[in-house]
Amino acid sequence: MRDVSFTVRPGEVHVLVGENGAGKSTLLKILSGAQRPDSGAILLDGRELSLKGPKDATDRGISTIYQELSLVPWLSIAHNLFLGRENVAGRFFVSRRRLHRLAGEVLEKIGETLDPGLPVVALGMAQQQLVEIARALSENARFILMDEPTASLTEREIEILFQKIRTLKKEGVGILYISHRLEEIRRIGDRLTVMRDGAVVFSGGIDDLSLPEIIAKMVGRPIANHYPKRTVPAGEELLEVEPRGGPGGDPRFFLREGEVVGLAGLVGSGRTEWVRRLFGADPTFGEKIRIRGEAVQVRCPHTARGLGIGMVPENRKDHGLILGRNIRENITVTILEKISRFGGRLIDRKARAKTSAEYVRNLAIRCPSDLTDVATLSGGNQQKIVLSKWLAAQGRIIILDEPTRGIDVGAKLEMYNLMNDLCSRGLGIILISSDLPELLSMSDRIYVMRQGALVKEMPSADATQEKIMHHASGVKGSEAQ
Amino acid sequence: MKKASGSMIARFFTLYGAWVVLFVLVVAMSLSSRIFLTLPNLTNVARQVSINAVIAAGMTFVIITAGIDLSVGSLVALTSCVAMFVIDATGSSGVGILAGILLGALAGALNGAFVAWAKIPPFIVTLAGLTIYRGIALIITGGSPIIKFEGGFRYLGQGVFAGIPIPIIIMALVLLIMHFILSRTSFGAHVYSVGGNEEASRLSGIKVAWVKFRVYVLGGMLTGLAGMVLMGRLSSAQPNTGEGFELDAIAAVILGGTSLMGGRGSIWGTLVGALIIGILNNGFNLMAVDAHFQLVAKGVIILLAVLLDQYLKKNLVSIPAK
Repeated sequence: MRDVSFTVRPGEVHVLVGENGAGKSTLLKILSGAQRPDSGAILLDGRELSLKGPKDATDRGISTIYQELSLVPWLSIAHNLFLGRENVAGRFFVSRRRLHRLAGEVLEKIGETLDPGLPVVALGMAQQQLVEIARALSENARFILMDEPTASLTEREIEILFQKIRTLKKEGVGILYISHRLEEIRRIGDRLTVMRDGAVVFSGGIDDLSLPEIIAKMVGRPIANHYPKRTVPAGEELLEVEPRGGPGGDPRFFLREGEVVGLAGLVGSGRTEWVRRLFGADPTFGEKIRIRGEAVQVRCPHTARGLGIGMVPENRKDHGLILGRNIRENITVTILEKISRFGGRLIDRKARAKTSAEYVRNLAIRCPSDLTDVATLSGGNQQKIVLSKWLAAQGRIIILDEPTRGIDVGAKLEMYNLMNDLCSRGLGIILISSDLPELLSMSDRIYVMRQGALVKEMPSADATQEKIMHHASGVKGSEAQ
Repeated sequence: MKKASGSMIARFFTLYGAWVVLFVLVVAMSLSSRIFLTLPNLTNVARQVSINAVIAAGMTFVIITAGIDLSVGSLVALTSCVAMFVIDATGSSGVGILAGILLGALAGALNGAFVAWAKIPPFIVTLAGLTIYRGIALIITGGSPIIKFEGGFRYLGQGVFAGIPIPIIIMALVLLIMHFILSRTSFGAHVYSVGGNEEASRLSGIKVAWVKFRVYVLGGMLTGLAGMVLMGRLSSAQPNTGEGFELDAIAAVILGGTSLMGGRGSIWGTLVGALIIGILNNGFNLMAVDAHFQLVAKGVIILLAVLLDQYLKKNLVSIPAK
């Protein structure tokens, strides 16, 4: 992050927008004291702040409300409000009556009449968020950071939240409001800052820019020429997903041999969830799936594997690899029965070693030997191992969920070349990437997702970052056809 | 890339920490008791270790999948009581022994079903099993032992083949077979992968529930076998026997370097763990240490051994997988 400079005044809602990975989260971490800036300064009331940690930040009146709420489910509202500060209600024995009275006072400040004795699990998402806001107030917050507060709220709940935010404004609290939902920011914001690539590209009044202009600022990332995409003529249809809604609703999803189909969408648009359902990792919504024209039901990853579907998951370490086990074991985990004799029981150790060596060589996995613990390898090499296990399993449809996240530039390039290779061998790839230039450059066609559904299909030749953002954020602008 | 560092000795310690503890124990015992290093005494130790080792072999599988089986002690009692009834009813030791082993497998299947499909934590499922199986054993026997001084079943506990006591032969066979299953079969590889990362295994198309289920069935079956050996040795089936067996088995597995978090472990490690416990018991007896003091000392030594193992693993070398 560099050259990030903007101000939030007391009693205003300052909206911060930016593409996935524009640096909003990093900024949030710095302001909430979770991370220290390498350079630069935070000024509060004109005085320089050097935050030692999250506790220090709250002590100085900066509170953060994260997207993932941080309440303790089975504790009461009152206990949650004063978590870690129970001594406000007694030095040694915490008086429940006093705690509840204090909690009631705090809740009243935001006009809430909830019973402070209720456990937090009994509350809806919106009410839990209000408890978080109340907690911030009880910490005498003068500056509140909100990360996507409306992400999981219904329209009615959003309106209630906005009313509370307006109350806070009147109290003179400054609010930094991070959101992906461009359509709502005008309803609540006073001023706007747009970030891109870790820098501020615009900061000014909320009405200074039209929505299409905001989008243009967000996505103006240049597409560098370092994507080695090779297009191969598409072959037969490998996979088809019928639209869920009635006819004429969402676009039909299909994937052909040799094709890379990109899924675009904002964080939380349900891309990962969609591919996980396709792969049988989560219960399906009853989408009708056809593989090579044949209707199939993918009940579990085991079925998916048998149908030739493989998934390289977003979370490599928790979902992709078995850390603590070696490369050979990880690559062959999908084919143990296949390389075993006596009805798939007794592992043919030579075949296992051979398969493993083959992928280590072909995918250029850099390691002292294939008996090395996968936990010790770099991200790029780990990713190749996860891919290998699906290639070994003869996968024809490969789902790549954020395959280049957290790996270095050289490894990214290798991953792109691998994708080209797979396509030329007739495999089909479903690519999820929040890196729009990457998605645009490496895909043949793109589907845009919004709120869990596919909303638009376009050839990537016609697609631009603006168009994708329009559909992804649901903004009806003139440029979006 | 982390590089292996430290001297050869450090490396040896890390990989074979339990072996070192065992070696030190053997040396210490030989120095302090002249009887220890005699063939009759060592045979005695092996015979005493055999039952724990058979149970612990199954427990190793369970713990590698990040599970636990607390019901084994009670199951030893239940299977031997039922087997004795069957022997009485049919007059055949063979049928009785088979029934005992099958009952063990059945109880393991129950444990496994609740763990694998009902997704109840193994600790809870097998804790319930611990009281249920013991309760049934007490109900069907009325709480008193069934003693029988003749019958072929005694051979499993008291017999000798080619100069070697049968329990030791059974232990050796069980350990060899279990090692083979764990290291050479696809099932064994699945056991490691499910324990190492259950979600990644599921997402690789492994039927995780099925793997877990089979692990508990295997554990139950071996527990049944251990019950048969014990029944033979005691010439009786006792509803109160086997108390605390689960702790000895778990201790053997942990001492042998198997991780309670799952994903790591070996049968040979477990054998070493079982030997450490057996030699401790034997040594204390030879030195006429008070039985109550033995309990305390045993616990302390187990804690220290695991502490040493953890310290070595963390600080000395990064070990290759496997």
